[in-house]
Amino acid sequence: MLSTLSLLRLRHTVWTATRSFLQDRGYVEVQTPVRISPPALEDFIDAEPCGDRFLRTSPEFHMKRLLAEGLPRLYQIGPCFRRGEFGPRHLPEFTMLEWYAAGTDYRALLAEAQEYLAWTAGRALGGEPSISRDGRAVDLKAPWEVVRVEEAFREYAGEDLARALEAGRFEEILISKIEPELGWGCPCALIDYPVEFAGFARVRPGPPPRAERWELYIAGIEIANACTELTDAAEQRRRMERSAALRARNGAPIYGVDEAFLQALEKGLPPAAGIAVGLDRLVMVLGGVEQIRDAVPE
Amino acid sequence: MFTASDLRKGLKIELDGEPYVVTEFQFCKPGKGQALYRCKLRNMLTGASMDKTFRSVDKIDKPDLEERELLFSYEDGDALVFLDADTYEQVSIPASLLGDKRYLLADDMACSVLFYRDRPIDISLPFSVEKRIAKTDPGVRGDTATNVTKPAWLDNGYELQVPLFINEGDVIKIDIRTGTYAERVRKA
Repeated sequence: MLSTLSLLRLRHTVWTATRSFLQDRGYVEVQTPVRISPPALEDFIDAEPCGDRFLRTSPEFHMKRLLAEGLPRLYQIGPCFRRGEFGPRHLPEFTMLEWYAAGTDYRALLAEAQEYLAWTAGRALGGEPSISRDGRAVDLKAPWEVVRVEEAFREYAGEDLARALEAGRFEEILISKIEPELGWGCPCALIDYPVEFAGFARVRPGPPPRAERWELYIAGIEIANACTELTDAAEQRRRMERSAALRARNGAPIYGVDEAFLQALEKGLPPAAGIAVGLDRLVMVLGGVEQIRDAVPE
Repeated sequence: MFTASDLRKGLKIELDGEPYVVTEFQFCKPGKGQALYRCKLRNMLTGASMDKTFRSVDKIDKPDLEERELLFSYEDGDALVFLDADTYEQVSIPASLLGDKRYLLADDMACSVLFYRDRPIDISLPFSVEKRIAKTDPGVRGDTATNVTKPAWLDNGYELQVPLFINEGDVIKIDIRTGTYAERVRKA
């Protein structure tokens, strides 16, 4: 457990390291609205209503609109809100870092994110940034291990990915058997997701088709999500409609389609990749605290 | 019906026709996937524990549970007869539900009885009861050591340890949760 003062200092170091890393690479810091309408339409993320609008669950759509406006490299650090998410690694209010770069893809972004983690961990922990969690070490400046989702299902769970998807057991297997094994010794990127879990990622045609997306794990904890962005407006609209239908079947609140975002895509989003980093989780890992609420000062 | 987002510690649910109480609860969620609620459940009939993971889309049955305040009336063999003070209805409950605590019942003691589908499955007694000591060896005069005890019996045969200064006929307070001596209320 960190004292409040040590925690505040650690957070300050992570924030300033993040800004200096991105500014040095030509990223522009932006602020987009926190109260938005409608919220990003995702299968399993619920937004907190706020007056006649919603608190953002992520700044994603507004930032991509700026990308379409012609800002090729941009980042934002700010609060996001997700209704009903409260657990050892979840808070209904948390801090998200997102950055987007035009003319790149998820693989190139993976290389940049490795540099970001090494730099930020180095600033927070000193020259040889490594952490110890549950008695096991992770070297945060080591090259990442990259594991395809399909391989992870086979190797860590002895399960066939296609069969797990058919049986509706993807999340259960991922959480109980795979996640706890990822990111020990060195950070790990779990990469190439089945299309059902594409989010807003570009899909590489198959067989089998795979979403160009990866998630970063450190010591079994999911830290970041990145992808090659979907730039096809028609496909984006189809995904939103499918998502709305799924939410209706599940009895979840239905949000409208973000027409301003779709218009931006129609006008032309350059090929780009983007990443979302849960900064409170990164602080949790760097500070060696057990639960995310201990990484966020009250 | 409950939905998975209603789950929390202490919630009572029904699963495969049996009532369970949630004893541990953890929210998990993989990126882009649906939330999972990993729970530990205790079967309210058998006391057995099990792990169960619910998905955010799962619907969960509510058990037909009713809690009633009843007054203890009398023992009738292996049954305990309680009275509903509002309706004057007599309710018979198997003594086995209480185990050794049946000996700590007292006339008109207010107990909370939990019914599942109209069948009594659990009784909560008050925290303490006053009882008269029916039998114990005489204490040794002058021995004031507080951690030395001796056996004593209630008139229904219930045995417990009491301090040496307690005599036959004394009224003591018993902590029902632990079944042990708490303090002396009145000397004989």
